[in-house]
Amino acid sequence: MPDQVLTAHPEHGEHHGPGPNTVFGFWLYLMTDCILFATIFAAFAVSRHQYAGGPTGHDIFDLKYVGVETALLLISSVTYGFAMLSAFKGDRSLVMLWLGITFLFGLGFVGMEINEFSHLVAEGHGPDRSAFLSSFFTLVATHGTHVTLGLVWMMTLMLQLAIKKPPLEGVYMNRLMCLSLFWHFLDIVWICVFTFVYLMGV
Amino acid sequence: MADLHGAHGGHGHGAHGHAAHGHGASGRTLEGASHGSVQSYVIGFILSVILTGVAFGLMMVPTGLSHDTTLLLIALLAVVQIFVHLVCFLHMNTHSEQRWNVVAFGFAVLTLAILIIGSLWIMHNISVNMMVHSGPMPEM
Repeated sequence: MPDQVLTAHPEHGEHHGPGPNTVFGFWLYLMTDCILFATIFAAFAVSRHQYAGGPTGHDIFDLKYVGVETALLLISSVTYGFAMLSAFKGDRSLVMLWLGITFLFGLGFVGMEINEFSHLVAEGHGPDRSAFLSSFFTLVATHGTHVTLGLVWMMTLMLQLAIKKPPLEGVYMNRLMCLSLFWHFLDIVWICVFTFVYLMGV
Repeated sequence: MADLHGAHGGHGHGAHGHAAHGHGASGRTLEGASHGSVQSYVIGFILSVILTGVAFGLMMVPTGLSHDTTLLLIALLAVVQIFVHLVCFLHMNTHSEQRWNVVAFGFAVLTLAILIIGSLWIMHNISVNMMVHSGPMPEM
């Protein structure tokens, strides 16, 4: 009954509660986020060879380092999946364990990215160096900011689960599902980042 | 999708007169069945590791392939991996309950294709038509 997704029938909507529409609405938000990333990818694609005499991707990218970052984010995606599976079983403490593991992997990713950025800036390859670096920093940092916000959200959820000990249904399932979409979505964006920025840049 | 599919599963319940907040233990079990499994995440993970590994390998290990071929292969691997993630992690499928998710996704893909291809096209034409430059022009 796809038409119900849009709450075409308000009288039915009352019976549905906020759940499914919340998740569908969040999916729509993610689609607009896709377009945000698309504009930044387009900006990067246009200026990726404008080095202004500065370093090229080959000079500054370390593929092994990026490989580790990729691994951290991919593993965190799977561990979040396990958190969702535990949530469907109604096992709150297992959900919190998997969320905690996911959080640590995500934190590792953000930490590595901050480390990479600070090294680049320290070597004089900051975003002000060339159009290439401006667009590189904009793109990768926008993704990093999303991951950071996802971590804040995840921490908030873990605290709510720990303090309120709610049953895993209704609004809490919605929150877990929305964050799940967000987290997997960021992993998909990262596939594009490591492919089109790092691998194609060296 | 672990997520989206479940959302619409909820709708299905609603359609049959069950209140959405009435998901008890049995409701969860029902939902759980359509919410992906350990298997789907493990398969997705293994496929992703292979696809990512091959993509990195193509750049890091000398393969003898031409640069253009390598870039094309890497782009293809990325596209395949995106689909693996959509199917294995987000559990996107062609069920009718998912139709609006897929429609929204399709529209987003169309929009971003227009955005990216359009930008590159316009900027390429600008650099071809405005030959006032110093140093090498961007290869686009």
